[in-house]
Amino acid sequence: MFVLVLGAGRVGERVARFAMTQGHTVSVLDEDPLALDRLDAGVEGGWESAGGRFAVGTALESAALEAAGIGEADMFIASTNGDNTNIVMSQVVKERYGVEKVLCRVADPARAEWYESQGLHVICGTRIAISLFENELRAD
Amino acid sequence: MFMVIAGGGKVGLNLARELLEKGHELSLIEQMRPRYVRLERELEHVAQYGDATELWVLERAGIARADMVIAVTGDDEDNILICQVAKQKYGVDRIIARCNNPRNLEHFKLLGIEPAVSATDLILNLIEHSLPGHGIVRLLDLSGDQLEIIEVEVQSGAPADGQRVADVELPDGSRIISLLPRDACGFVPKDSSMIRAGDEVLVILDPGLEDDVMSLFRTS
Repeated sequence: MFVLVLGAGRVGERVARFAMTQGHTVSVLDEDPLALDRLDAGVEGGWESAGGRFAVGTALESAALEAAGIGEADMFIASTNGDNTNIVMSQVVKERYGVEKVLCRVADPARAEWYESQGLHVICGTRIAISLFENELRAD
Repeated sequence: MFMVIAGGGKVGLNLARELLEKGHELSLIEQMRPRYVRLERELEHVAQYGDATELWVLERAGIARADMVIAVTGDDEDNILICQVAKQKYGVDRIIARCNNPRNLEHFKLLGIEPAVSATDLILNLIEHSLPGHGIVRLLDLSGDQLEIIEVEVQSGAPADGQRVADVELPDGSRIISLLPRDACGFVPKDSSMIRAGDEVLVILDPGLEDDVMSLFRTS
């Protein structure tokens, strides 16, 4: 599978590397050129020599998305730390590029719930943290 | 009318001042604390502090009863999201979005966020208008009403060059509304008005007819 990961921060970097270990072709798009260093650090010989792809650019600019290979993508993972970027880009790649599987990281539980109800596949880390805390606090 | 404005920068603040003067009821949402404090000093309860992409902030600002939502933050993703939520979650019929980077306009359109206004595009149009030999200039785009007004300069030897207005074979859904001869004032033409190379022609048309209309006034 061709997986495009948007945002190589704490989450995206790990997810991208894991995807590679699963035998997928992985392309990462980040607006910061330094994000490649972060990817390199976890891969012997470096990210690109291990077969990973990396492109620099802002996701909303179509040219950057296309350079990262959105046209071939089977899966799109929006994992930047900006909810709004993730939500907008997830919808754009679904609508315009017809990417089959789109996963969207959303920190705000309220927005996560609403966009889930609108058909977006949302991954909400905050919600998981809250439920873990709640389990510890349960009175019974 | 009750309007919610997201973004209290130069655009948002000046809009708020004008709209208040016209007697509208407003909420103006600003997420940067120092800027909010300044807004609150001038506009009092109209100013609201918070991130306008958070649903509870929008709700506190009264989005549920808003007649119109205007998203003019400096961030295009935020403006898209605010308008999308306003329309789809809170049933607000009328939205206006600011598009900061004209390259993002296609995304606004794709996600149904219209009208989206790009100041850069407006200025670009004016620059093109003032350049000699320009092709087509989109003067007004009433997407909601499915109409636009374009300006085109007549090239020498084009099909319409030397013809009367009534004889130009414009496609259905388009009409010449004004002629601007090179060295005279613009006017609303009669059927018998002559079109000559170098004139500028204003045409009102249904979107999608641009190429057909253009081909009558341009040679290539």
